[in-house]
Amino acid sequence: MSANGKGIHRPDFAAIAEWVRPGSRVLDLGCGDGTLLRYLKSQRGVSGYGVEIADEKVLACVKNGVNVIQGDLERGLTEFEDQSFDYVILSQTLQAVKNSERIIRDMLRVGREGIVTFPNFGYWKNRLHVLAGYMPVSDNLPYEWFNTPNVHLCTIADFERFCRERRIRIVERKVLTSGAAVKWLPNLRGALAIYHFGNGA
Amino acid sequence: MDGSAGEHSVGIVAPQVARFTAPVTLKCGAVIDDYELVYETYGTLNAARSNAVLVCHALNASHHVAGVYADDPNNVGWWDNMIGPGKPVDTNRFFVIGVNNLGGCHGSTGPKSVNPATGKPWGGAFPVVTVEDWVATQARLADHLGIRQFAAVMGGSLGAMQSLTWAILFPERIRHAVVIACTPNLSAQNIAFNEVARQAIITDPDFHGGDYYAHGTTPKRGLRVARMVGHITYLSDDEMASKFGRQLKRGRLAYSFDTEFEIESYLRYQGNKFAEYFDANTYLRITKVLDYFDPAFEHGGNLARALAPAKASFLVISFTTDWRFSPERSREIVTALLDNRRDVTYAEIDAPHGHDAFLLDDHRYHRLVAAYFDRIAEEAGAPRAALDVPA
Repeated sequence: MSANGKGIHRPDFAAIAEWVRPGSRVLDLGCGDGTLLRYLKSQRGVSGYGVEIADEKVLACVKNGVNVIQGDLERGLTEFEDQSFDYVILSQTLQAVKNSERIIRDMLRVGREGIVTFPNFGYWKNRLHVLAGYMPVSDNLPYEWFNTPNVHLCTIADFERFCRERRIRIVERKVLTSGAAVKWLPNLRGALAIYHFGNGA
Repeated sequence: MDGSAGEHSVGIVAPQVARFTAPVTLKCGAVIDDYELVYETYGTLNAARSNAVLVCHALNASHHVAGVYADDPNNVGWWDNMIGPGKPVDTNRFFVIGVNNLGGCHGSTGPKSVNPATGKPWGGAFPVVTVEDWVATQARLADHLGIRQFAAVMGGSLGAMQSLTWAILFPERIRHAVVIACTPNLSAQNIAFNEVARQAIITDPDFHGGDYYAHGTTPKRGLRVARMVGHITYLSDDEMASKFGRQLKRGRLAYSFDTEFEIESYLRYQGNKFAEYFDANTYLRITKVLDYFDPAFEHGGNLARALAPAKASFLVISFTTDWRFSPERSREIVTALLDNRRDVTYAEIDAPHGHDAFLLDDHRYHRLVAAYFDRIAEEAGAPRAALDVPA
């Protein structure tokens, strides 16, 4: 369950850690059991908090020794002051929130920069599923259509257009498939997208 | 309910008395030259003196936090489900202290005590105390016990106000503040309920301006009503509905003013029980302690500024159905702590019981407190006791 720098099973965590400056202040939205925060604490010496709604995960955060605020992201990040964090992270949660746009806005209100990771719906295997007439099920999209929490799936192209139209500046991008970086045709060959973004186009 | 014989009880305990002869100046300006505080301790203070936990009591409780008395095995400590060997606050790892606050009626100096200046009980002349006064006198007890710094100060409701105040007044003396079912100050509605309680007591003909001891009376009728009003605010509407609903005591309407509904019977029972053992003067003062609590007041209403001196890490817990001190009020505390960049964990427990939930044995709540105290114990160098290690 916990990660001590080794045994990180989420490929996006290591990628995020590479971007986060040592000693910075981090807010992790939908932080789950606090593994990412704990990892960033041990690898990057960050301080900060997670936000999580589920009781079991809040408990796991306490066991993992990270600060957690129990609450609902959808209600807005009212507890947090403007620009009070260096990074606000939303890992594998963007697709599961009702108002994705508002969350992105809130991330850039509370933090100077945002980091978001999401399963790329444009990944060729997902496209194949849809072509075959079925909703995709994979490691990154492990749910069936009838039990998925994902309500706002998007592709790499969708997200980049979203940022362009809202004058959100993409600082860096990483695209991974099975943990390996994808450089060529990312919207087709990439399973997982990781973006680092800030205000201003 | 049998906390006495259980393997997870601290077992038989005995209160102790600490006497303080250095005068204490209260927030209201009054000076008490000489006073006693009654306290109990459970567990063992380690050599580094780093494992002490102070448990602060709420409105009607006392220093008797856990365990039972040898001569009164049914008198189980008020937070016995939380504190004991193997319990969330594990007395195999922590040295836990419960104290009856100044102005109390369980043995510490209060309105019932003899005022050395007159040779008679203080009665109505006992000064009005505040959370700050309590914390200041608790700090003297800590000195007396040789505790420079608490691993944690914890409490629920009014007890939580004390732990918050500890973090503000003595930032160097507390590593963790556990703040459960708290509020940064009382709302007008909260004060209103307290005022009804006070008026019930003060207007009781047996009150005699607080000097009822001399008259050989106790304002039991007032105290009873005060407790009934208070009790309503401790329970949620849903909890009352599920516990009592519109159930009738005798199965039919009597068209009289006797107790007809179960809820009436319950409130009367609670009121009567309370009026038998609690001192009305203490009750009046404790409601005032609640009303006055407002750390932000001296900072232009800015709670973040009030909490700026705090250095402790915080665990803040609220209960979804607590309408007395609602989760929103706890979140104000959390926001102020976030503004100060303090370490804080906040949990909102979905419990049906209202304000009283903090005293109850709710699985999610207790597991969370246990996990947090695990962390405190590890920092304090108080490893898990051998008996907890699986064979």
